[in-house]
Amino acid sequence: MTGKRQAPPEKIRIEGDRKTAIEMGRNRLMVAGALFTAAFTVIGIRVIDVSVFSENTEPRYTRSIAKDEKHNGRADIVDRNGVLMATSLSTASLFANPRLVLDPEQAALKLATALPDIDVKVIEKKLRSNRGFVWLKRHLTPRQQYAVNRLGIPALNFQREARRMYPMGSLAAHALGFTDIDNKGLTGIERYFDKELRTRQDNMALSIDVRVQHVLEHELGVAMKKFSAIGAAGLVMDVTTGEVVAMSSLPSFDPNQPNAIAQDLRFNRTTLGVYEMGSTFKIFTTAMALDAGTVSLHGGYDATNPIRVARFTIRDFHAKKRWLSVPEIFMYSSNIGTVKMALDVGIPGHRNFLTTIGMMKPVAIELSETGSPLSPNRWREINSMTISFGHGLAVSPLHLVAGVSAMVNGGIYRTPTLIRRNPSETPVGKRVITAETSAKMRRLMRLVVKNGTGRNAAAPGYLVGGKTGTAEKVSGRGYKKKALISSFVAAFPMHKPRYVVLAMLDEAKGTKETFGYATGGWVAAPVVGAVVRRIAPVLGMRPIKETDPVRETLSIEISGKSARERRVATH
Amino acid sequence: MTVFARSDTSILGRWWWTVDRWTLTAVGALIAFGIIMALAASPAVAERIGLDYFYFARRQLIYLPIALALLVGASLLSPRGVFRVATITLVIFAVMVLATFVFGTEIKGARRWIALGPMSVQPSEFLKPAFAVVAAWLFASARTGALKHGNLMSIGAYGVIVGLLLLQPDVGMAVVISSVWACQFFLAGLPLFWAAGLAIGGVAAFVLAYFTLSHVASRVDRFLDPSSGDSYQVDRSLEAFMNGGLFGRGPGEGTVKQVLPDAHSDFVFAVAGEEFGLFVCLIIVALFGFVVLRGFAKALQETDLFILLATSGLVVQFGLQAVINMGSTLRLMPTKGMTLPFVSYGGSSLIAMGLCIGFLLALTRRRVGTEAAR
Repeated sequence: MTGKRQAPPEKIRIEGDRKTAIEMGRNRLMVAGALFTAAFTVIGIRVIDVSVFSENTEPRYTRSIAKDEKHNGRADIVDRNGVLMATSLSTASLFANPRLVLDPEQAALKLATALPDIDVKVIEKKLRSNRGFVWLKRHLTPRQQYAVNRLGIPALNFQREARRMYPMGSLAAHALGFTDIDNKGLTGIERYFDKELRTRQDNMALSIDVRVQHVLEHELGVAMKKFSAIGAAGLVMDVTTGEVVAMSSLPSFDPNQPNAIAQDLRFNRTTLGVYEMGSTFKIFTTAMALDAGTVSLHGGYDATNPIRVARFTIRDFHAKKRWLSVPEIFMYSSNIGTVKMALDVGIPGHRNFLTTIGMMKPVAIELSETGSPLSPNRWREINSMTISFGHGLAVSPLHLVAGVSAMVNGGIYRTPTLIRRNPSETPVGKRVITAETSAKMRRLMRLVVKNGTGRNAAAPGYLVGGKTGTAEKVSGRGYKKKALISSFVAAFPMHKPRYVVLAMLDEAKGTKETFGYATGGWVAAPVVGAVVRRIAPVLGMRPIKETDPVRETLSIEISGKSARERRVATH
Repeated sequence: MTVFARSDTSILGRWWWTVDRWTLTAVGALIAFGIIMALAASPAVAERIGLDYFYFARRQLIYLPIALALLVGASLLSPRGVFRVATITLVIFAVMVLATFVFGTEIKGARRWIALGPMSVQPSEFLKPAFAVVAAWLFASARTGALKHGNLMSIGAYGVIVGLLLLQPDVGMAVVISSVWACQFFLAGLPLFWAAGLAIGGVAAFVLAYFTLSHVASRVDRFLDPSSGDSYQVDRSLEAFMNGGLFGRGPGEGTVKQVLPDAHSDFVFAVAGEEFGLFVCLIIVALFGFVVLRGFAKALQETDLFILLATSGLVVQFGLQAVINMGSTLRLMPTKGMTLPFVSYGGSSLIAMGLCIGFLLALTRRRVGTEAAR
């Protein structure tokens, strides 16, 4: 290399240059080699790291794959908090091309080994037919599909289909409804929104709260069993929005087994069934009379003697045989007093009032199963008299709950809904009584639970108020003495009502504990009490202390004899 | 090993005794593994896009003999022969790259393919080994004074070829060719000042690509922050290695090949990881590393600058493709569609690789003296 400086002859210089070039190339080659060694080492370490030291968790992408397949032609239905109530799953359905079947008998027998529940003869007959397509079994489970595939029978094939599933089972089955095997809605929301569910992309949120729904169904079921009732119905409605938070009709069914649902189980007692509600109707009569001003809370009527009209005699169940003030009439559920209140308002007024609060036409809720009220063809005095205490006009439990909501929420009637409403979208509603009358009704209903027939509905801290109802069921041309519709309709917390709760038992029988009584106060009121005690904490309500202001808003003065004398004196 | 007697002086006999049998064995092992992977990974992909089950596997097995013939044929050449063949190849395929702009079939937004009878050829694949050899000759000639403007000619040729590739556009191919060329320039004695300039230029080009080419930007973004976008493919790829564990799930038992669109080419290493496990993957990494380092070792012994530069250029090209492919599969770098030499599916890539290794073997053959290139 030193030769360079001394300027050697041409050939040697080139030779030397070549040597330096090679030398430099070799040195730099070492750098490149080192870099590649490092790169391959890093890759090797990384392979070890990823293969061995990664947490071997569940595949991360099951969800994103499922997302693509999510919409199986029918939107999901969720409750008001987004809990899944109805969804569609992909299934495989087995069909065959009988023309390609080699040995129908053999094929049918083999199929039966994989699908034991099929009828071999029916399948064989289908396979013998001269058609190009026959369904053999719809909606196979993946395991069944695998088993059938393993048989290796030619001419069989699978069709991907969607199957409606209800993860909550029979919960809220009547509200949800169910679909047939072709995913067509047959009842409930599934039927009413059939078209919309097929097209909409996002979930449909109901007003139902599955937690409340579960409590209601459970308590109703317990009571139904305890009192050997043939059926039960219950509703919880938000009086501020008109949303139905729970709707239960028992006995219920499992919508996942559409073929096994007997026709009578589908019957929705809360909306389709119409019943003479009995004394709970006195809420409307009293509110109407107070609102019309024909009587005040201090006023009252003489309930000493039964009323005889035509061939009927109207008497009191808890007869006091004296003059009763309005609070006493309500508290003791006096038929005589209530009849007199209605007559003072007059027949047209009575009829108009009941029309205003929706008792004359089906409730416009999002269900096809809504019953038309049974009202008298010609409204005479006798009709007003009996309807005042809940006989002679049959309405659905939902009618009653919607009406009572308007009586306690300040006087605004809102059409009940099964669809979740944004708080900002709450409909204005329709004023049906004044706010003052509504405040009076709250006091009266609270009185019933504090001192009257509804004491069994008490739920400490939640200020329950309500009204009992016991009606004899119509049988042919008369009434059945021993077949009762026993109900209790309540609201809570009574100083500022948020929810109305109804429990109704169909043909409940009295037990030893109820001293043989099967009236609303004995069989339905405890259900309401238990429901309120369980759902109020779930709905985020704190127990209310009965402070003086609260007590003041709910207190009521029961006018005594002196008042009667005053009243008599003034008349 | 005793196919050819030591005294056999036929062409193949001399070839056998002078060729680098270690590299040959390693490459043979990679080719064998490539056959297994073509059978394992490609049927799932073929089925998914509605082709015959063994469509890709069959095609790969048709290309393989061509590639092998080219490999052996090229390795028979003398260094001077390598240069000549490389020059001819470079000219022919540069013209074909030009032709893609007129006759090319557009696939996924780029015109890279040209239909040649029943098969389509990606001419840019063949530019890589050919240009490595030609560039090496130009650098070496400049250095030894045989060619006055060798470096400038090399820069000019590089500019033309990269320009063609960027027009297609085929950024990945341009990156590989640029890296190989820069590496050769560096080995050829580029002053360190200019080498630094070249490195800075490379970084600048990358930054430019990031800001001008949206798909480059999105890939880099997704690499740096996986939550910023869809990292589905590479996540599935890592999941494959996890599933595979030490010994793999067994041939054909993998699941990622069902979902990864490029399971048979860009993500073939992930399929290997899932079905054959860690140990087989390490063997593959070791095989690539062995071929690269063995190539460098051979180059180190060389006294002829052209052979040194050409050998390292070919080795770098081979190694770089392997590193980029495995690196992106393992999420060590942003995903870049690059085939894993001899293992991934792809006819042009396979045949071009055969040529590349053929050149490499030809240049690293034992020969008497160093006059061969002159």
